[in-house]
Amino acid sequence: MFSGFPLFPEQASSFAADVDNLYFFLLAITAFFSTLIAGLVIYFAIRYRRRSEVELPEPITGSTKLETLWTVIPAIIVMVIFSWGAKVFLSLHRAPSDATPIYVVGKQWMWKLQHLEGQREINELHVPVGRSVKLIMSSEDVIHSFYIPAFRVKADVLPGRYTSIWFRAIKPGEYHLFCAEYCGTKHSGMIGKVVAMEPTAYETWLAGGPRDQSMTARGQSLFQNFSCNTCHRSDGQGRGPVLEGIFGKTIALQTGQKVIVDDNYLRESILAPASKVLAGYQPVMPAFQGLVNEEALAQLLAYIKSLAPQAATLPASTPMTPAPESERQKSKP
Amino acid sequence: MSTFTAPTVPVETREHYLNADYGVRSWLLTVDHKRIALLYLASITLFFFLGGFFAVLIRLELLTPQGDMVQSETYNKMFTMHGIIMIIFFLIPAIPAVLGNFLVPLMVGATDLAFPRINLLSWYIYILGGIISLTSIVVGGVDTGWTFYTPYSSTYSNSYVITAGLGIFVAGFSSILTGLNFIVTIHKMRAPGLTWFRLPLFIWAHYATALIQMLATPVLAITIVLLALERGFHIGIFDPALGGDPVLFQHLFWFYSHPAVYIMILPGMGIISELISCFSRKYVFGYHFIAFSSLGIAVLGFLVWGHHLFVSGQSAYAGLIFSVLSFLVAIPSAIKVFNWTATLYKGSISYQAPMLYAFGFIGLFAIGGLTGLFLAALGLDVHVHDTYFVVAHFHYIMVGGTVMAYLGGMHFWWPKITGRMYPEGWARFSALVIFLGFNLTFLPQFVLGYLGMPRRYHAYPPEFQVLNVMSTAGASILGVGYLIPMIYFFWSLKYGALAGPNPWGATGLEWRTSSPPPTENFKQTPVVTEEPYEYSIREIKVV
Amino acid sequence: MSDTPSAAHPAHLAHHFDTVEQQRESSSLGMWVFLAQEVMFFGGLFLAYLVYRSSYPAAFAEASHHLDVVLGGINTVILIASSLTMALAVYYAQTGKRNLLVLFLLATMLLGLAFLGIKAVEYHHKYVDKLIPGVAFSYPGPNAQHAQLFFSLYFAMTGMHALHMIIGFGLLIWLVNDARKGRFTPEYHSHIEIFGLYWHFVDIVWIFLFPLLYLIGLHDAAGGGH
Repeated sequence: MFSGFPLFPEQASSFAADVDNLYFFLLAITAFFSTLIAGLVIYFAIRYRRRSEVELPEPITGSTKLETLWTVIPAIIVMVIFSWGAKVFLSLHRAPSDATPIYVVGKQWMWKLQHLEGQREINELHVPVGRSVKLIMSSEDVIHSFYIPAFRVKADVLPGRYTSIWFRAIKPGEYHLFCAEYCGTKHSGMIGKVVAMEPTAYETWLAGGPRDQSMTARGQSLFQNFSCNTCHRSDGQGRGPVLEGIFGKTIALQTGQKVIVDDNYLRESILAPASKVLAGYQPVMPAFQGLVNEEALAQLLAYIKSLAPQAATLPASTPMTPAPESERQKSKP
Repeated sequence: MSTFTAPTVPVETREHYLNADYGVRSWLLTVDHKRIALLYLASITLFFFLGGFFAVLIRLELLTPQGDMVQSETYNKMFTMHGIIMIIFFLIPAIPAVLGNFLVPLMVGATDLAFPRINLLSWYIYILGGIISLTSIVVGGVDTGWTFYTPYSSTYSNSYVITAGLGIFVAGFSSILTGLNFIVTIHKMRAPGLTWFRLPLFIWAHYATALIQMLATPVLAITIVLLALERGFHIGIFDPALGGDPVLFQHLFWFYSHPAVYIMILPGMGIISELISCFSRKYVFGYHFIAFSSLGIAVLGFLVWGHHLFVSGQSAYAGLIFSVLSFLVAIPSAIKVFNWTATLYKGSISYQAPMLYAFGFIGLFAIGGLTGLFLAALGLDVHVHDTYFVVAHFHYIMVGGTVMAYLGGMHFWWPKITGRMYPEGWARFSALVIFLGFNLTFLPQFVLGYLGMPRRYHAYPPEFQVLNVMSTAGASILGVGYLIPMIYFFWSLKYGALAGPNPWGATGLEWRTSSPPPTENFKQTPVVTEEPYEYSIREIKVV
Repeated sequence: MSDTPSAAHPAHLAHHFDTVEQQRESSSLGMWVFLAQEVMFFGGLFLAYLVYRSSYPAAFAEASHHLDVVLGGINTVILIASSLTMALAVYYAQTGKRNLLVLFLLATMLLGLAFLGIKAVEYHHKYVDKLIPGVAFSYPGPNAQHAQLFFSLYFAMTGMHALHMIIGFGLLIWLVNDARKGRFTPEYHSHIEIFGLYWHFVDIVWIFLFPLLYLIGLHDAAGGGH
């Protein structure tokens, strides 16, 4: 379009065009109705301008037909806009199950990102073109918001909870990353860039440069260092539930309430485990609030999510109940 | 152009509410709703220019991409104070406390509001709230944004959050008491023959506004109390480290602050109904629909607060519900716009300044309202939430809408309030300057927002500079546009042509008494036998 | 408009009202509207309570057991009794029995004072037990964080309620004074009536607060639990 004067950002994600199409539709509606109203106002103002002091206009009080018309038509139009907006939103909202997770921590005033393979970035996010990526995000302090205009995605990044967005980049390039929720002094400095690379270039980038162990490996060390493995044994003999395959399952709590084991449930179960205890288990797990930071928490999550159910020790039909008390070994604190 | 004849008895020798008593005590201890309206007029004008001053600083800083005029902390305080002052101390009270206070008793044919002393108390509470908020500025300012999101405001900000919050808390009671007064007055003090459907639409608008003031403001009050307790005592209610939920603050905050925007726009809509009908000399088209749409907006306005939380981590289901409701609340506003336009059809239209402001309102409010649809659409809001698109949207409604309506109303009722006419030529000129300056300021911001420039940014990427410069240029024109009426309104107090009881040939009880009115409003209680806006039935003489 | 009181224009009729009827109806409507606003005010706190109790039901139940049900129960009875004495005060104002009006206003004050006294005792107990939220908060068990939320809401809600009672008490002093001077007659006693509305409202708020704060999971504590 006007190359020197852009009116909208690049369409760099798979749904950017969908969002823009809705935008153009709304622009058209706005242009149509504002022109219509302005035009009518100007036309009537001129056509019916006062020509004499004594003229008495027609005593028109209203018209139920017109009222119905301009109630029903806008109602239909707004319902169309709602449905379209809802459809676009739901596609933005639901990440594909095969999306690659990348963990994001926001803090005043920077973004810290961890790839599963171990690469860490600050204020930069490298992603492969053509692959779905899901960002799992939390904040260390205040509410931030992760915003990539070129991808048309944004979500608030909260302390105490995970939020997520997903996208699939469709063309390589460098795109703005902004914090979009006011977070204090350097809010406007909490910016960076998203670098979308062709898959081979991305693999090269992943492999090169200094890098930690993978998140799963680091998570496993943490799991052992914090002695999680003494209670959460794979053989079901521990005082805590088996974690293999637990991610994504629906479980019943002590109170009878059913919850899905998602990122936020895992998080809460590590930081404040007494809140939502699995039925049949005691609230004896120590709280790790203050003992694990956001990055460590993400690594633990990555590890737990990687634990696939082992068919040999845990038949698929076994419900999540503990072994009888006598069979369970007492673990060291 | 209508002419008018000067009254035979000069203003100065006849007794009216302005000269009934002299001295500071007679003003500061008055219970006359008209004087209280003027007390409010003086104070809100001061706050408007103070808020405007902060706006000037913001726009100057944003001329360049770097944050080089002031430090980040200062900039953050500037936009916070701009928001708090403009919203709490100007937009919320302006039309109800100035024009509403002055006109509601007159329009219903009463001597005063139901509770005159509470009315005065309301002004003092407003002043106290203002002083506390000004104190928070003087001692160092608050930098949380007018939205005070936790946990930044409750735990992390090093600024005067509780002081500023206290100022807003106090000012809220002023709003509540004004609302209470209006509701009881409109229910109980209408003149004989003045049934509900003979009331001017200005009254319907203020009635709906008063309902919102009464029911929404207390929620803001308790939210500020909880925020202060959290900040002062770390009770944990909004702090996730203590098991609290920071998003709960957002729900509580927006439960008030969304209806608050209808407090800001409904009175303006009431004014527009009066102006359009008077200057086209016609019944307002669809009177009942406009009256009921005001009530509809008030009710629906309480159900949509979650559209401020679409990307906050709120569930998708909640998002869908709030999105549908937000679209529904647009419909009554659309109905009003169509009805006002239809009122012009086959009218007898004149172009005095109040009418020019009304025309401007219709166009700008239409654009502002239509851009609200962009924000209500979930998939689109994700992209434009917390960007300049939102800033442009609400300024179109608040400034293009409310402020234009307020100025239109001030011009229209100026002769009634002061007994003087303003200079018509200058008034039309400044209306035009304001209209042009306004659009140049805020239209580029829609583009900026869609391009991705977030709100509350002290510094920004260089590619956004051209649009920012355009916006600042517009702001300087807009500022000039606002200064001109200040000058000629003051000038008119001494040198303006004297006004008779009804210089516009308008219907409405307020035009059946002298300009300015006597303290008791009417020499004899009026009896109403006509429908409202009966311009076409008989000739209404300009006197 | 004449300044001297007359049958058509009694002294207590304000200048901006046309009839006594209009004045009375206006003040009554004013109080009802004000009370609607008060419902919204407390509503914010009830909402916060609702959100946190549904998130942490076990912690809330456990924390609730630290409240003294007996004292709370006595307070409930006291407040209901004070609504009775207030209603009687209104009745005697309507029937022009000045001494009984003053007596029952004083009784209402006394009961209100008793309520506040017991509340003060309860707050003191919480202080001693280190259950006041903030830096000094100390609570055994894994539910400490969420229990602190309970106590924050407890203090905020009962504190707001107590503040409204204190304001009511102050207004009662003024009303007793006016009543003793004979200011209220069967024709004009709207201050007593609208204050009665306010007092009943404060009572009703407590009737909601008491079970929500004091009686959570009481059947569990008594041994009839899951």
